[in-house]
Amino acid sequence: MNDQLLKIQNLTVDYRSSNKTVHAVRGLDLNLRPGETLGLVGETGAGKTTTALSILRILPDVAARVLSGEILFDGKDLLTRSKKEMRQIRGRDIAMIFQDPMTSLDPVVTVGAQIEEMIMLHADLPRSGLRKAAEDMLEVVGIKRERFDDYPHQFSGGMKQRVVIAIALSCNPKLLIADEPTTALDVTIQAQVLDLMKQLKKTYRTAMILITHDLGVVADICDAVAIMYAGEIVEYGTLEDIFDGHRHPYTEGLFNSIPSIDVEQKTLEVIEGLTPDPTNLPSGCAFHPRCPYASAHCAEERPGETQLSDTHYVRCFQCAPSKEKELQHGRTVVERL
Amino acid sequence: MIRYIIRRVLFLIPTLLLVSFLVFAIIQAAPGDPAQLALGEGATAEAVETKRQELGLDQPFLIQYLNWLGNVIFRFDFGNSYRSNISVAYQIQNYFPNTLKLSGMAVLLGVLIGVPIGIAAAVKQYSVFDNIVMSFAMIGMSMPAFVLALVMLLLFSVTLRWLPPSGFSTFRQMILPVVALGMQPMAICARMTRSSMLEVIRQDYIRTIRAKGQTELRVIVGHAFKNAVMPILTTVGLQFGALIGGAFVTETIFLIPGFGRLLVTAVTNRDYPLVLGGVVCVAMTVALTNLLIDIAYAFVDPRIRAEFKGAGGGVFPWQKLKKLVLAMTPEK
Repeated sequence: MNDQLLKIQNLTVDYRSSNKTVHAVRGLDLNLRPGETLGLVGETGAGKTTTALSILRILPDVAARVLSGEILFDGKDLLTRSKKEMRQIRGRDIAMIFQDPMTSLDPVVTVGAQIEEMIMLHADLPRSGLRKAAEDMLEVVGIKRERFDDYPHQFSGGMKQRVVIAIALSCNPKLLIADEPTTALDVTIQAQVLDLMKQLKKTYRTAMILITHDLGVVADICDAVAIMYAGEIVEYGTLEDIFDGHRHPYTEGLFNSIPSIDVEQKTLEVIEGLTPDPTNLPSGCAFHPRCPYASAHCAEERPGETQLSDTHYVRCFQCAPSKEKELQHGRTVVERL
Repeated sequence: MIRYIIRRVLFLIPTLLLVSFLVFAIIQAAPGDPAQLALGEGATAEAVETKRQELGLDQPFLIQYLNWLGNVIFRFDFGNSYRSNISVAYQIQNYFPNTLKLSGMAVLLGVLIGVPIGIAAAVKQYSVFDNIVMSFAMIGMSMPAFVLALVMLLLFSVTLRWLPPSGFSTFRQMILPVVALGMQPMAICARMTRSSMLEVIRQDYIRTIRAKGQTELRVIVGHAFKNAVMPILTTVGLQFGALIGGAFVTETIFLIPGFGRLLVTAVTNRDYPLVLGGVVCVAMTVALTNLLIDIAYAFVDPRIRAEFKGAGGGVFPWQKLKKLVLAMTPEK
């Protein structure tokens, strides 16, 4: 399809150290339309950040290897671009907000200069215009322009994240990747930052990949959701598909682990077992050791993508519509609900 | 900031007083009579006694110290050498600049070569370049300056006859001693820069700057190095202090009329005024270097600047002291 802004196909990334190989991303497919917001959800270590860093090609050189796949952005593969072309794309077309605002700003440079740097790299403005543009960006994210000459240590965590957002948005990128932008913040500040992002999304019509493990945040801001587990996307669909009709047992587990306000619960629901060791993944479907519906087949073969509707995909043998088992599984899900 | 600097400069005074007093005491405690040494073994007891009176050595220890101190402060007179009877201040003037030049150039050489090497090694961590350079740095660090000095002397002066073996007036004469003395600071600088840079390069904010699309050169030099420079500065300061005291061997090998040689001879001769004057001079240089480094920190790091602002009030905390004293005195 031509209306895709970003199309990732079969992306595979490994981290290698002297004696171990970490399979961080395994054959990942992902699509994003212009202006769309995608929530990338999964546990720590599922490969969310690695995916994001691959898009920008800023994976650590020493350890990381992109083994296969293509990342089509505006129809052209980012993985085959030259370093110089990538530098122009970073910041101008694709910008990123990082997880921990406390450490993502250079401590010895003023916040204003850090915004200026971004604008200077990608916009053709005279020296005086730079400062004004950077000051304007500070105001966009709700910081007084007088604070241009202050250093990061003079800001609180929430304010720093605003600065990081200002940097990311200062060149009006087509795609914004936000890697757990609120995880390191207080709940009240989280709400403020999310509101800010929602508002900016509306104003600038920027497409966004929001990496998070907070389904509440996803429901609040996203149009589409991709659930990641052990380096692959196990379920993908619109917000409605995932929240009202999720089919993958892992997604089900995620939703079950959200405590309900209406029902009195003594203990929190959890998904049994641990995230698999990425250096030594289980055979077949990576989720099968923890899956309550697993059959012998699940341990042998890796499930392919099953299309459930135009927008809804799932990677699970138990959810394949052609199989009889699927009906049983469907019934059990209904019974459980 | 300026108040902070003034305060630090004023702090030099007690430091120097303490240093001079300690050195004075240590010399006094050392065995050997300078009067006897000055006159030689054959001198009569009477002559030695006269000499002692002449030098003021018959006075009590504290009086001797205060006399010396008074002369230094009010007349800038460090006394005369017991041996040669030449003014100490004059000798310092003649010998100290050579040592200062030698150590300064050695440290400069170390920084100018060591720092870029360290940066390159950090950027290309675990590469062939990194491994080779760091092995050399290890050798450079562990090899004493005099070994290198002798080897170079043998090679470049004796065998190849490229460079003069002694002296310190022309540029050609300076090459060998500066390189010999600069090798250790260079190796230390390279290693320090590498490890400091490695730590910074892993930080999140470096990734942020890469994500902006900044060129790798700017990322490394403009951002990473600025953050990594503090430990390097500290090392450079310490190296400079160590070299001023440690240039003696190099000076001896290359026959440089330097301070180290002057001082060592003075110590063996029990030449009190010369030793004292010399040590105070070295202490002052080291203290000033440290002060400069501290000020440089503030220029590099805004967080330290902010601390100075807080501490720069410069007023002695009388109120706090009063409270403390009150808290310690038992109530009636």
